[in-house]
Amino acid sequence: MTERRHEGHGVVDGAASSPVIAPGYTFGSVTDKISSIVLTRGASHGWWLGFLVAFLLANMLFVSLGYLVLKGIGIWGNNQPVAWAFDITNFVWWIGIGHAGTLISAILLLLKQTWRTSINRFAEAMTLFAVACAGIFPLFHTGRPWLAYWMLPIPNTMSVWPQFRSPLIWDVFAVSTYATVSLLFWFVGLVPDLATLRDRSESKIGRVVYGVFALGWRGSARHWQRYDMAYLLLAGLATPLVVSVHTIVSFDFAVAQLPGWHATIFPPYFVAGAIYSGFAMVLTLAIPIRAVYGLEDFITSRHLQNMAKILLVTGLIVAYGYTIEAFMAWYSANTYEEFMMANRMTGPYGFAYWLLILCNVVTPQLLWFRRIRSSVVPLFVISLIVNVGMWLERFVIIVTSLHRDFLPSSWGRYAPTIWDISTYVGTIGLFLALLFLFLRFLPMISIFEMRTILPQAKVKE
Amino acid sequence: MQIFHRSANTIARVSIFGALFFIAAVIGLLYQIDRSPWMTQEHVSREQPIQFSHERHVAGNGIDCRYCHTSVEDSAVAGIPPTKTCMNCHSQIFSTSPFLEPVRESFRSDKSIRWTRVHDLPDFTYFNHSIHVNKGVGCATCHGPVDKMPLMRKAASLQMAWCLDCHRHPERYVRPREAVFDMNYLPPPNQLELGTRLVADYHIKKLTDCSTCHR
Amino acid sequence: MKPTNAPEFWRTLAEHDGADLHELVGDEFASRLPAPPDAVERRSFLKLMGASMAMAGMAGCTRQPPEQIVPYVRQPEEIIPGRPLYYATAMTLGGRASGLLVESHEGRPTKVEGNPLHPASLGATDVFAQGAVLDLYDPDRMQTLTYLGDIRPWSAFLGAMRAIATSAQGAKGAGLRFLTESICSPTLAAQMDELLAHFPSAVWHQWDSAADLNAAAGARLAFGSDASIRYAVDRAAVVVCLDADLLSYGAGHLAYARQFATRRRPENAGIRLYAAESMPSSTGARADHRLPTRASQIEALARQLAADLGVAGVGRAEGLAQETHAWLRAVLNDLNAHRGSSLVVAGEGQPPVVHALAHAMNGALGNAGQTVFYADPIEAHPADQMQSMRDLTGAMNAGQVQALVIISGNPVYTAPADLKFADAMNKVAVRVHLSLHADETSALCHWQVPQAHFLESWSDARAFDGTASIVQPLIAPLYGGRSAHELLAAFSDRPEATAYAVVRQFWQKRHGGADFENFWRQSVHDGVIPDSAMAPRAVSVRTAVFAAAAQVPASGLDVSFRNDPTIYDGRFANNAWLQELPKPLTHLTWDNAVLVSPAMLSRLGGSATPAMTGGERGQIKAPIVEVTYRGRSIRGAMFPVAGHPDQAMTLHLGYGRTRVGHVGTDRGFNANAIRTSDAWSFGTGATVVLTGETFSLACTQYHQLMEGRDLIHVVDRGTMDDRRSTIDELPWMFPAVEYTGYKWGMAIDLNACTGCNACVISCQAENNIPVVGKAEVLRGREMHWLRVDTYHAGPAENPDTYFQPVPCMHCENAPCEIVCPVGATVHSHEGLNDMVYNRCVGTRYCSNNSPYKVRRFNYFLYQDWETPSLQLQRNPDVTVRSRGVMEKCTYCVQRINEAKIDAEKEDRPVRDGEIQTACQSVCPTEAIVFGDIGDPNSRVSKLKGESRDYALLHDLNTKPRTTYLATISDRHPDLDKSK
Repeated sequence: MTERRHEGHGVVDGAASSPVIAPGYTFGSVTDKISSIVLTRGASHGWWLGFLVAFLLANMLFVSLGYLVLKGIGIWGNNQPVAWAFDITNFVWWIGIGHAGTLISAILLLLKQTWRTSINRFAEAMTLFAVACAGIFPLFHTGRPWLAYWMLPIPNTMSVWPQFRSPLIWDVFAVSTYATVSLLFWFVGLVPDLATLRDRSESKIGRVVYGVFALGWRGSARHWQRYDMAYLLLAGLATPLVVSVHTIVSFDFAVAQLPGWHATIFPPYFVAGAIYSGFAMVLTLAIPIRAVYGLEDFITSRHLQNMAKILLVTGLIVAYGYTIEAFMAWYSANTYEEFMMANRMTGPYGFAYWLLILCNVVTPQLLWFRRIRSSVVPLFVISLIVNVGMWLERFVIIVTSLHRDFLPSSWGRYAPTIWDISTYVGTIGLFLALLFLFLRFLPMISIFEMRTILPQAKVKE
Repeated sequence: MQIFHRSANTIARVSIFGALFFIAAVIGLLYQIDRSPWMTQEHVSREQPIQFSHERHVAGNGIDCRYCHTSVEDSAVAGIPPTKTCMNCHSQIFSTSPFLEPVRESFRSDKSIRWTRVHDLPDFTYFNHSIHVNKGVGCATCHGPVDKMPLMRKAASLQMAWCLDCHRHPERYVRPREAVFDMNYLPPPNQLELGTRLVADYHIKKLTDCSTCHR
Repeated sequence: MKPTNAPEFWRTLAEHDGADLHELVGDEFASRLPAPPDAVERRSFLKLMGASMAMAGMAGCTRQPPEQIVPYVRQPEEIIPGRPLYYATAMTLGGRASGLLVESHEGRPTKVEGNPLHPASLGATDVFAQGAVLDLYDPDRMQTLTYLGDIRPWSAFLGAMRAIATSAQGAKGAGLRFLTESICSPTLAAQMDELLAHFPSAVWHQWDSAADLNAAAGARLAFGSDASIRYAVDRAAVVVCLDADLLSYGAGHLAYARQFATRRRPENAGIRLYAAESMPSSTGARADHRLPTRASQIEALARQLAADLGVAGVGRAEGLAQETHAWLRAVLNDLNAHRGSSLVVAGEGQPPVVHALAHAMNGALGNAGQTVFYADPIEAHPADQMQSMRDLTGAMNAGQVQALVIISGNPVYTAPADLKFADAMNKVAVRVHLSLHADETSALCHWQVPQAHFLESWSDARAFDGTASIVQPLIAPLYGGRSAHELLAAFSDRPEATAYAVVRQFWQKRHGGADFENFWRQSVHDGVIPDSAMAPRAVSVRTAVFAAAAQVPASGLDVSFRNDPTIYDGRFANNAWLQELPKPLTHLTWDNAVLVSPAMLSRLGGSATPAMTGGERGQIKAPIVEVTYRGRSIRGAMFPVAGHPDQAMTLHLGYGRTRVGHVGTDRGFNANAIRTSDAWSFGTGATVVLTGETFSLACTQYHQLMEGRDLIHVVDRGTMDDRRSTIDELPWMFPAVEYTGYKWGMAIDLNACTGCNACVISCQAENNIPVVGKAEVLRGREMHWLRVDTYHAGPAENPDTYFQPVPCMHCENAPCEIVCPVGATVHSHEGLNDMVYNRCVGTRYCSNNSPYKVRRFNYFLYQDWETPSLQLQRNPDVTVRSRGVMEKCTYCVQRINEAKIDAEKEDRPVRDGEIQTACQSVCPTEAIVFGDIGDPNSRVSKLKGESRDYALLHDLNTKPRTTYLATISDRHPDLDKSK
């Protein structure tokens, strides 16, 4: 504990421009401010409205999935040759978004970046919800989802096993592991705060519920010592996953031999893209939240600027990826590769490609300017644009590669149906609904960690 | 102020570990159910329109399998005897027995007897009797001691793992061709040695390609 | 296809209780009963219950639903349950028979193969024969005998006919008229004679929209007498087709295609094919020199050629285009070089005079008796059917007809528009129609008699060369249908005579002899009656008929009418297989279109563009045009066809049916509406305008350019350059597999393929491949395991056209296998790329990774699980796939396994040629050869050994087991484009 207090302080009055927490806060006031959102303030009309809308959209998702299982994949626009479309696009998009959380929590923790403390909690929550949304697609995009368990290595009466050469199997392991670890990581981080809420809760139910999940936390030195150990271990465990998950997701394409998929650049380029979209989403959420709940003091301009910088860096990596894709298409002198790229730029889906370049490459260049980085509204807009761009990226990779591959006789096209769209929008609804619940019932910012970065947390040995 | 009774500590610990055991138990249960006679209908006698007894006809009267299951040596299906076959004898023997009324009715009205299937592979599985019989797989190897079955029942699960066992290790099960229809045949103590020889002699291949049975 | 359900029926019948005919016309279901509920049970033996198939496939470890076993009561001794039997029979089209062998599972005909002993089949079949088995089980067939929509027993019908007969007796049958299709059945003809002897004043009319009216008229014109024509293509070094689709249309085309392909093989003498044609055809595509020519200009061209060949009495034509002259010079030069070993063929789409010219040219070249043979007509009583039809309508309008008995055919739909047949027919007091479907004609008939399908009844028929066959049934009539023989017997003195009795007695009389029993058994067994072919006879052409000057091609648009490549004149309109079968070259399904040259389409200001849904492999948005000819007009979608001559439109017949069934009703437009008796096959002076509306055509391959990709190899006959050296061994990361034992492989000879699509539909029939319907084809989801890709090279006005059948390649390094998460597609030890439906969870990853895109996914539950009659058709040896699983070509693994098991039981290896895949067995040109490539002596190994052998997309290192043989071009030096 003491260890980290020092570090935390060290960073606070380091070279950083603005502090990671506004001056004038005491341990008490921090705790009050954050816990009050959950305990005393109650749910505003805004919250109810937002939650209701999200909840309805979520139900639209369930209806869509129900109908899908009833009728078959045919209700989507997928066809021959475009056998994957919105389904996998959405999957990769959500998984990508799901990256920021663990990255912020784990990697930045190991890198001792104290500014993470005020955003890691809901970033992690966001991760979980995103992964939950992502998980829906690989499951339901199969023709017979009720048999999806065949992808797990379970001893069975057919004495057959999954086919371990298939990237989809790697996916199953990667994603499920990632989800589990993220959940644990998030929960462990919550325990001390749950205890706080338990102690401060007015209602009996509150006390009991929070109490149960607080696992009898008393904040004793022994608790803290073990807590740190566990948290650090989990961080170490989670860190490689951040990289592995999207690497493996990228294998779904890289391992295939389709022009536009079969590229060695994919793993790094996908991981960067994931972080890119992840941070974009964190910004998209953080900016309104801090405004609504008046948390400008905790999520300061410093945080936003740091994230903006990461956005810029990862954005540039992604841009590099696009360039290399185009370059390789030309450099390979391979008819199919060349055609794929030309078709991507000028074919029927050219609009999507150029839109994606605009969103992911051009727009983020604004972040070179400190003015933009430090002003909230533009940042918010940019983050939204990047989210759109990253979705388009996956759409372009999947659809434009599939719709015109080797044999011109098999060329076709894809257009989404109403069900494609309702399913996609539905997952966004589910995501937001979960998020609203989280904001309402759990401390969106780690109370105790915030306390550790207060100046007065610096104690003399 | 104390929210929880001190027993909560124990409960917490127990429930955490208990959960693990519970999950394990459920998985184990499913694993067993999947193999249980309830699922496979193994050893379960079916209700039939006629209380036909293989025991009586095979052990009792010593009728050869092929008298009724005529196509077993040259077709995928062993063949269920037409009513005519029953009547060959039963127009003389027990020709008035009330138990056999359905048979006579069928013969009169030219309406088939509707037996309930006992050995029923999924329809995406294509089993061929003739080749197995010709390669020295005894009737009893899969159908069990039919001559001791008053009412027909499955003697094996007929699950894929069960099939594969023999397809992977035929030497454990094959018998000389002449013994294929012999209900009293007992595998010799040196079955493996004999089996290995037969596998060689009969050119038995260990077919485990999917398309061997699924197409 | 949904079955007609009982409630609907009863309601409508109740409404129509005592309703008169005209009320009934509007009603689809008036004269149709639901299939007897126990239709299945009665015929259901051991393995029939298709419905339960793959239900268990829904989950790996479900409990089996209890099933029943329904054995025979008395088992026919020839039947071994579980083993199919094959019976020889024959199918007629346009009166001409083609021999078939039909596979029967416990009494259910499931699959049609060609009869190798039959001259018109030689073991192959066309697409229609393949579709026949589905027609048989069509739940939309007329199912009950009705009078004014009320069900009547057969006896009642007989009574009524007797009454008519007796009343007509007095006037010697005056007022009694029979309308049949072309009758090449000796028995039926004899019955007719008997009938007419009985009723001297009764008249027999013939009308068959599937028959070759022009060819017949051409022969009459040339020789002054009826004659049948047949060719020996294998003896011809040069063949010139004048708008003739020699290789894929007409009675003898299967034989001709075989002869053509054989002679064109590299080791054989070779055959150079010239084709001047309007609508691009298989023949044009295979031609070494194709000349797009408007139908109306062919005559001038023919006259020019005839004149150059020195045919007496023919004047040279005027105003032929420059390239036409160049083309003609080459043709002339080649023909002169091959007198006696050349062949000039006129197409059914051309007027009699062109046929006469062709005969004259063949005569002048000394080809008669060498490459072309003349014999007595195939029909027992050949008639000028157009005239016959005119007479009939005239008589009906004049009120001279009291009773009209229409024996099959659908004249109300097919008769020339200007004859107004329907109106005339309505003046007849008693109208009887024997028909498979309750169609446009039945609707206007009092008596609607369900006809027995040819697989349900005894008959006989002659082939294009006169060879007679006994048509034997494979199943009792499903819907109580009656054959033409039984209908005619109704007017004879033994009304109850069965078709079997009639046919047998006829041949007994004909053959006589003590050994009739053997003769009969042998004939029925072989499917051909020994030496019954027509003996060739000498003919002489009356050159005087050419005196009339060359008909100057009128200015203005040509509009030509052709029988549809897949549903013909509409008789197959309710056959879902044929409807969904892509039409050669255009790849259109489910609709016909106004086919024009791309230039003409753009000149009209229209364009056909792929929609975002489906796109090039599905939905094409085409402009709807209005075509007007002689004051009559129709509206249809206009579709561009590369190589179609300018200023000309081709309309396919058979669409726009108003009453036929759930599949065929109201599809496309009815071209018959502007087809008149004097412009039967084409007319000039049509007008066309865009309506501004668009229509979605379901086209399975709109993009027919190769995009500079190395897909089709062409070698020159002279050089036969070897390109295998360019194929190099590439590395592969997984350990190499050693194949011991059989190595199944396939060779597809692009030099033989005529793109007829028989393989596609044969595969569909053999492998229980579902029909998805137009809406799904529009989405690019059709299920055919095998497709015949069409590619063009060269200018759109007159491109070179290539066909490439693409089944699963069964790659040794299969990209699809590596990516399947559950191992549902894996490699067998014999090199098959197994597809395990019951293991598939449907990620569709395999399809994405298949460079050949030969995998098909069940996006919905495409199979019809309800209709009992359709379940009867299914092949019990192939799993009926359910929703959500991937499927693809298996090399007909069910046939492989069956052959292997039989061989094992005899303790011998599988013989070469013992296994024939479904696509291979029906191929008229033997373009597809399957076998063991491990055996150096197998046919497939030898083919793969040829220098023409190449692998599609070999640079992907997929090592396909299916490889192609380059097509051979044999250009005339003067016309060689490459020079």
